Amino acid sequence: MPMVLRRCTLSERPAALAPHFDDIAQQSEASHLGMWVFLLTEIMFFGGMFTGYAVYRSVYAVAFAEGSHHLDLVLGSINTVVLISSSLTMVLAVHAAQVGQRQLLVGFLLLTMLLGLVFLGLKTVEYTHKFADHLVPGSGFLYAGPHARQVQLFFSFYFGMTGMHALHMIIGIGLLTVLVWLAWRNRFSPMYYTPIEIVGLYWHFVDIVWIFLFPLLYLIGRH
Amino acid sequence: MNPVVIPRAHYLNVNYGIKAWLFTTDHKRIALLYLASITLLFFVGGAAAVVMRLELLTPQGDLVQSETYNKLFTMHGVIMVWFFLIPSIPAVLGNFLVPLMIGARDLAFPRLNLLSWYIFALGALFTLTAVVTGGVDTGWTFYTPYSSTYANTHVILTVLGVFITGFSSILTGLNFIVTIHTMRVPGLTWSRLPLFIWAHYATSLIMVLGTPVLAIAIVLVALERVFRIGIFDPALGGDPVLFQHLFWFYSHPAVYIMILPAMGVISELIPCFARKRIFGYNFVAFSSVAIAVLGFFVWGHHMFVSSQSVYASMVFSFMSMLVAIPSAIKVFNWTATLYKGSIAYDTPMLYAFGFIGLFTIGGLTGLFLAALAVDVHVHDTYFVIAHFHYIMVGGAVMGYLGGLHFWWPKITGRMYPEGWGKLAALIIFIGFNLTFFPQFLLGYLGMPRRYHFYPAEFQVLHVMSSAGASILGVGYMIPLVYFIWSLRYGAVAGPNPWGAKGLEWQTSSPPPTDNFAQTPEVKEEAYAYGPQEVHVV
Repeated sequence: MPMVLRRCTLSERPAALAPHFDDIAQQSEASHLGMWVFLLTEIMFFGGMFTGYAVYRSVYAVAFAEGSHHLDLVLGSINTVVLISSSLTMVLAVHAAQVGQRQLLVGFLLLTMLLGLVFLGLKTVEYTHKFADHLVPGSGFLYAGPHARQVQLFFSFYFGMTGMHALHMIIGIGLLTVLVWLAWRNRFSPMYYTPIEIVGLYWHFVDIVWIFLFPLLYLIGRH
Repeated sequence: MNPVVIPRAHYLNVNYGIKAWLFTTDHKRIALLYLASITLLFFVGGAAAVVMRLELLTPQGDLVQSETYNKLFTMHGVIMVWFFLIPSIPAVLGNFLVPLMIGARDLAFPRLNLLSWYIFALGALFTLTAVVTGGVDTGWTFYTPYSSTYANTHVILTVLGVFITGFSSILTGLNFIVTIHTMRVPGLTWSRLPLFIWAHYATSLIMVLGTPVLAIAIVLVALERVFRIGIFDPALGGDPVLFQHLFWFYSHPAVYIMILPAMGVISELIPCFARKRIFGYNFVAFSSVAIAVLGFFVWGHHMFVSSQSVYASMVFSFMSMLVAIPSAIKVFNWTATLYKGSIAYDTPMLYAFGFIGLFTIGGLTGLFLAALAVDVHVHDTYFVIAHFHYIMVGGAVMGYLGGLHFWWPKITGRMYPEGWGKLAALIIFIGFNLTFFPQFLLGYLGMPRRYHFYPAEFQVLHVMSSAGASILGVGYMIPLVYFIWSLRYGAVAGPNPWGAKGLEWQTSSPPPTDNFAQTPEVKEEAYAYGPQEVHVV
């Protein structure tokens, strides 16, 4: 099949370059823009829940503050630090790819994954405590006090929002696993490391969502 | 080169077999996968409408009772909106044409494109399963608390289908945005882009920004139904109206997902068949973006009687009326393009004329509905039904059919029979108006939507509407037959049967798999139809 190429001939084409692109620069630009547009859809997706939260928080301000007192501030704070650190190791991984240090790249990717797993582990501990305290919405929900229903609504948002965030973390760890495998097999070079950059964008986005969730859920009652 | 020979190698004959199609990443083949799927779903959705129109021939409920009727209009709405209209022009014509029109070899993410079709098919499968296992009766809007608490039908299965298919339109929109930004050939600046591309860019923005909100609204309904978390349940402190906000935040812009691509098609047809440059290119281009942006601030006009604050209603009413400005800009510019043009009345152009007239009626009645006082009178009546069918069927479907006829020679390499084409266009136009114009009158007189029985005084208008629907049904069957016929017996089209401008006409018909034998270069504005050029077929 004849393939007409604009800027480089067939023999010059790098293996990572898909046939419908002219050069690596165009391909990389497309991948980056694609991820940014995807993150835009993610903002709108989480935006629906943030809107719902904002509405009910303004209507049931007292109950929501009450509910937030039942969250574990210590574990939440540790998790915030863990997640911000994972963003740092992600950036260092991108840098290692830029300068072509494969072992460092694999190391930082593994470290990022590890921090992500620590976050999920601590989240599981928190969820278990809520379950034991009968604070999971549904038929098992038990809460004494005049605002029981509204507190349950608070916990609906708590589990909905942090659950959706955790799902994104799990997907992110899956993506990192693929990257580690590819990096191990030496698929990246200072010329081509687009996948690491765009997974990095995703990881930072998930991190930023938590930066909004943490004060909204954990800190509102404690000024 | 002899122009009337099918090229030896093209995207359709490069390889054969079911695998070659199901694992293709060629945007042109994926467009045809979509074409086959949505055509099937169109006739499924249409079948529901047939039963409804039959039932409405008489004032009593005789053919079906309320329960079945509720399921019928829900199925008709869900399938037609999410599984036909939203993917229609973008996923079929857009998929086929966006890379060709900008001189690219494929969309930016070909595998994602294939994935979007699989996601669409999976969503359709869920919804069709819900239909055959007993149906769902909430109406296509899934209003809470009925959908979340009281309905005993297959709500979860249906909303899951809609949720899943939403991701296919997100992926399509994402692919279009990235492709249009990064893959234009040298010389094809933003101000030289075909208006079809501008329309699809605006549509993609809505797909990407609106659809995720529908997704989360649906997730919340499903959570509410399964776990009773109380977000939409007043008994647990929730508010059912919140669902309407989230739902219409997507579903009103979704109307523009349906109409903007059709407007893009019309902007291609009018200059070609009037042999004139489009009048006011910049205005037509930016009015698409304006409609997309304004569309996000009008959702509250669906909720004038849903306990929304009167001040909010006033703002939403005002914003809704603003949408009329960019819409009218388009209509006036198309009309101005026709002025002193050398107009040819081929089938695609007949659909374009149909579109302009019917869209104008649909748009103007939209202003009635955006006016607060009038809306209270005609809310939830057949007036609303007639209004949005003038936009969605009179507008979007007319645009889709016009585009399908216009690009059919490019897609298949063969012409459809022109005489039959004109006849079908005429039948569809007559059938459409006879079906839906009486519904304006019915609604104004007080006939509410979603009822299978009605007072005897409405019967004449209902019979007119049902008669029109049967004509419309015949009109839709004719192209189905002759399009299939033309695959084998149609006259060989050649690369550019319409003498049209635009990069897609510079390659052979059907195009080769990588679209262009030589990468084209753009040196002139879009629609550079010369003043002396005469139409030749």
